[in-house]
Amino acid sequence: MAYPQAAQPPPVPPPSVKVILTSAELARVVDRIAHQILEKTQGAAGTVLLGIPTRGAPLARRLAARINAFEGIDVPVGVLDITLYRDDLRRHAVRAIGPTDVPAEGIDGKRVILVDDVLFSGRTVRAALDALSDIGRPSSVQLAVLVDRGHRELPIRADYVGKNIPTALAESVRVTLAETDGADEVKLIGGPA
Amino acid sequence: MLKHLLSGADLDAATATLILDTAGEMARLAGREVKKLPALRGRTVVNLFYEDSTRTRISFEAAAKRLSADVINFSAKGSSVSKGESLKDTALTLQAMGADAVVIRHPASGAPHTLANWIDGSVLNAGDGTHEHPTQALLDAYTMRSRLGRVAGLSVAVVGDVLHSRVARSNVLLLATLGAKVTLVGPPTLIPVDIGTALAPGTEVSYDLDAVLPTADVVMMLRVQRERMADSYFPSAREYARRYGLDGPRMRRLPDHAIVMHPGPMNRGMEIAPEVADSSRSTIVEQVTNGVSVRMAVLYLLLGGMDR
Repeated sequence: MAYPQAAQPPPVPPPSVKVILTSAELARVVDRIAHQILEKTQGAAGTVLLGIPTRGAPLARRLAARINAFEGIDVPVGVLDITLYRDDLRRHAVRAIGPTDVPAEGIDGKRVILVDDVLFSGRTVRAALDALSDIGRPSSVQLAVLVDRGHRELPIRADYVGKNIPTALAESVRVTLAETDGADEVKLIGGPA
Repeated sequence: MLKHLLSGADLDAATATLILDTAGEMARLAGREVKKLPALRGRTVVNLFYEDSTRTRISFEAAAKRLSADVINFSAKGSSVSKGESLKDTALTLQAMGADAVVIRHPASGAPHTLANWIDGSVLNAGDGTHEHPTQALLDAYTMRSRLGRVAGLSVAVVGDVLHSRVARSNVLLLATLGAKVTLVGPPTLIPVDIGTALAPGTEVSYDLDAVLPTADVVMMLRVQRERMADSYFPSAREYARRYGLDGPRMRRLPDHAIVMHPGPMNRGMEIAPEVADSSRSTIVEQVTNGVSVRMAVLYLLLGGMDR
């Protein structure tokens, strides 16, 4: 005798995917942030760009390359891994830690610009601020993000925003970059079709 | 990731490599102004030491403190153990105090395995009898990798009292997993006949140190355990030093890139000549430094994530 068939759940429709930024648009947004950094920091003197892995790191390098192309200034670039400072370590399986690479001249007395791909709850940035204070004492800290999708859970805001995207909590923003994923694109996944 | 670290055999190549990579990042953090990391804040690590130890206990203590864990040191001397408390009752006491991890060193082989059945937290074997000492093997592998760039394919000679050495056993297991070729060298009385096949097939045995040296990338000297000297495993300390001690002329027969390791504490002039111990080939002090980074990596990977 066969067991009765378990009730099948209704098929889940594939999530809708909307392209927010194409490769060319993304490049223009990076250019604009680079210009804004130059303007707001009076020529980016004494400034250090620190990318937050994974995709903040290549974004920081791109910003530095664009600043160099516009004004011929070399802005020091580094990578700040924040894994050990996260407030949700115990809610997930253990995470591998990545490299932290701070420019040789350090961050003491510098203007540090943290660079990340998406600003969401603000918890990553909080962790990054904690990590920074263990490395040195910057004169000021600013934040540059490619996408601000809202839904902050902490009193944090970005100084430079590539694009504001109003989202629902159920949606997700997916940034891909040539360096890490093979192509430049920003997509909104799971929104109303 | 694992819950306990009891044996070098617990680690597959991917996990061992993850630990070594994580240790590399931890080592870079050691160069900063603030050496403390918040990853294990609120966790309690108990160092449960039934045997004397300096470097291993201090190393685990420093590692746990750098990750912001609370550390409780327990040594059998001057504790309720001297009043006759059993390992099980001590374990239950630690459990009741909420230990998230217990680092145990015990004279009985297998004590950490038994302890792992009694408590909910993670158990880290810091040396049990003549059985295993897995974090020592990890820090040795880390030292080889940082000095020579790799572990796979290296020829490693482990020289001395293999019979009583937990360092040798854990190293044979881990190095085989990571693809190194291990040769155990020592007097026949101090090398169990079937140790190669019992631990890791492919492990070779030699009774002639001079024959092994010209092709070795790494020479790992083991401590001659003086407390066992009365058991006549070899005729005299001088004869042992003559045949199996690493002195200057022997060191010069090694390939130019080869390194000399020793887990400490060493008997200068017995298994290793001062000239060798203080030479640039010697990694003895580096091994101690690397020990803290490797133990930070192990503690983070065992305790850093979700409770299971």
